[in-house]
Amino acid sequence: MKRLKNFLFLLMAVPIVAFASEEGPKLDKAPINLSDQASLQRGARIFVNYCLNCHSAASMRYSRMEDLGLTEDQIKENLMFAAEKPGELMTVAMTKKNAKTWFGATPPDLSVIARARGADWLYTYLRGFYRDDTRPTGWNNVVFDKVGMPHVLWSLQGEMVPVIKKEGEHEVIERLQLAKPGSVSLAEYDAMVGDLVNYLTWMGEPAQLQRKQLGLIVLAFLAIFFVVAYYLKKEFWKDVH
Amino acid sequence: MSALKKMMGWVDDRFPLTATYKAHLSEYYAPKNFNFWYFFGSLALLVLVLQIVTGIFLTMNYKPDSELAFASVEYIMRDVDWGWLIRYMHSTGASMFFVVVYLHMFRGLMYGSYRKPRELIWIFGVLIYLALMAEAFLGYLLPWGQMSFWGAQVIVNLFSAVPFIGDDLSLWIRGDYVISDATLNRFFAFHVIALPLVLIALVVVHLVALHEVGSNNPDGIEIKKKKDPVTHIPLDGIPFHPYYTVKDIVGVIVFLMVFSAIVFFGPTMGGYFLEANNFIPADPLKTPPHIAPLWYFTPFYAILRAVPPMFGSQFPGVMAMGLSIVLLFFLPWLDRGKVKSIRYRGPIYKTMLALFIVSFAGLGYLGLLPVSPVATIFAQVFSVIYFLFFLLMPWYTSIDKTKPEPERVTG
Repeated sequence: MKRLKNFLFLLMAVPIVAFASEEGPKLDKAPINLSDQASLQRGARIFVNYCLNCHSAASMRYSRMEDLGLTEDQIKENLMFAAEKPGELMTVAMTKKNAKTWFGATPPDLSVIARARGADWLYTYLRGFYRDDTRPTGWNNVVFDKVGMPHVLWSLQGEMVPVIKKEGEHEVIERLQLAKPGSVSLAEYDAMVGDLVNYLTWMGEPAQLQRKQLGLIVLAFLAIFFVVAYYLKKEFWKDVH
Repeated sequence: MSALKKMMGWVDDRFPLTATYKAHLSEYYAPKNFNFWYFFGSLALLVLVLQIVTGIFLTMNYKPDSELAFASVEYIMRDVDWGWLIRYMHSTGASMFFVVVYLHMFRGLMYGSYRKPRELIWIFGVLIYLALMAEAFLGYLLPWGQMSFWGAQVIVNLFSAVPFIGDDLSLWIRGDYVISDATLNRFFAFHVIALPLVLIALVVVHLVALHEVGSNNPDGIEIKKKKDPVTHIPLDGIPFHPYYTVKDIVGVIVFLMVFSAIVFFGPTMGGYFLEANNFIPADPLKTPPHIAPLWYFTPFYAILRAVPPMFGSQFPGVMAMGLSIVLLFFLPWLDRGKVKSIRYRGPIYKTMLALFIVSFAGLGYLGLLPVSPVATIFAQVFSVIYFLFFLLMPWYTSIDKTKPEPERVTG
C-alpha cells in the first residue's frame, strides 16, 4: 500500500515538474501597501493628472476617494478637473473614435485594470518605456511590445534606451539605461510609480480594506459559534452508543 | 399548549404537516455511524440556498445587456450597499458548490451509495450535477468579461462539431452568429429561472428517493435488516432530528469558516474562482492567448482536448467528453461487487478508485494548461484510465477478493 501511495504521488508530481517552466517577461515586485494613506493620496494625484485625460475609470466616483482620508473639499479642489460634482464617475471627454484614430487603440478603462493585469505588471510596465524610433509614438515597452500608448510620464522619468544582449540567434533587451534625465531621479520615479500602482490597486476594489476588516469579525463570530455548536452536538449524542 | 395542539390538528386535517415532519426529520432513521464524508449532502443544500438568495439580490442591480453588463457588475461591487459581499458570496458559492458536490459524489463512490436499492438516488444526483454544470456555464457569461465571452464561444462551438446539424445547432443556441446581446439575454433567462427551477425539482426528488429507501452508511450495509421487534425502528438508526441536525450545524459552521476565509480574504483564489482576464470587458475582436474554463470543468475539457480530431472533425472529442459524464449514469449496473463499502472491498477496487481519483485530478490540472505535446500525452493516459475505471468495472469488481460485511454497523 505504501509503495502504491508513493507511486501515485510520483504520478501526480510529474506533470507539475514538466510544466513548471513558464515563459514571459520578468516582472518587478510592486511596493503595494493599501494601509499607507499618504501613498494612496499621492497615487490619486498622479492618476488624475496624468492618466485621467485619455483613460477613464468609469466605474469609479470621485467621492469614493473620501475613503483615502480626503474631505469632499480637498477632492474638489485638488483632484477634480473634468467633473462638476464629487458624485460623478471618472469619465473622459475623448471619444472612442478619436482615441482609435490618434493612438491606434482605445485607451482601456482603468477601473479594474489592477485586477486584470496585476500590480507587478503595471509597476514594470510604467517603468518599462524606452526610446524606439521604429514606433509611431517613438516609444516601446519591455512588457508590452508595440504598445500604442506613448510614455506619458516621460518628463518625469526621462528617456530610457535599451541595452541589447545577444542570446543565440536573437537579440534581447537586457536592461534599460537612462539616456536623458527627467525632472526626478530614477529612485524618485520608481517611488512615484509605486504610489500610482498602489492607488490603481486600491481603485480596482475600493471595498477591499473594509472586506478584510469585516472578515476578521465574521471568523471570530463563527469560531465562538463553533464551540457552542460542538458542545451542543456532544450533549445530544451522549446517548448514542 | 392545547391551543397550539388544536391548531396543529386543524392544519393536519388539511395538510400532512406533522406526518411530513415525522417522515423526514423526527422519525427518519439515519444510520448512527455517519462520518466526515456525510456532511457534504447537507452542505450542498446550504450552498444551493446561498446561491439562490445571493442570486436574487444580484439580479436587482445586474443588467443583462451587452453594453451595460460589465459596468453593472462593477456598480454592484462599488455603489450597491454590501454589493461586493453578495457578489463574492455568489462567485465563491459557485466554486464551493462544485467542491462540495465532488466530495459528495466521491463519498458515494467510496461507500457504494449508488448500489441497489439506491440507483435512482444516484441517477437524480448525476442529473443534479449536469444541471449544476449548465447553471455554472450560463452564469459565467453574465459578467461579460473576456473569459465569459470566449469561454462561451468555445463551449457553444463544440455543438457545431455535431455532424450535419452542428452549425445550425450552435446558431440556434447563440441566437446569433457570434456570442452577442441575444446570447447574453437568453443565458440570463436560463440562469435565473429555468435551471434553478430544474435544480430545485431534482433536489426534491433526490431527497424523496433517499428518504424512501433510507441512507447508506460507511459500512455499506442495510440498517433496515435489523429492526427492534417491538418498535420496528432500525437498531442502528437514530432520528435525523435532533441527532443529525445538531451534528450538521457543526459541519455548517466549519464550512462557513472556510467559505468566509475565501470571501473576505481571497475571493479570486489566485485566479481559480475569479479569473484576472475576466476583469477585461468582453471584446469580440480580441481573442485571449489562452482560454481555459473554470477549474470545475477542466477535467472534461482535458478529455476533450486529449482526443485528436478525426476526419477533420472535433466531434470524437466532444463525444468522449459527453461519454465521460454519461457513464456515471450506468455506475449502479457496472458495479458487480459483493460488498458496497470500500472498507470491505478488495485491493483491485481500491487501486482502481485511487487511479481514478488521480486521473480526474490530473485531468483537472491539465485542463488549466495551454496545449503542449507532453500535456496531451498525460491527458490521454489519464483519459484512458478514467474510462477504464468504468468500462472494466463489471470485470474487476466481480473477481476482487472482498472481506465479509459486518452484521451491524461499526463505529
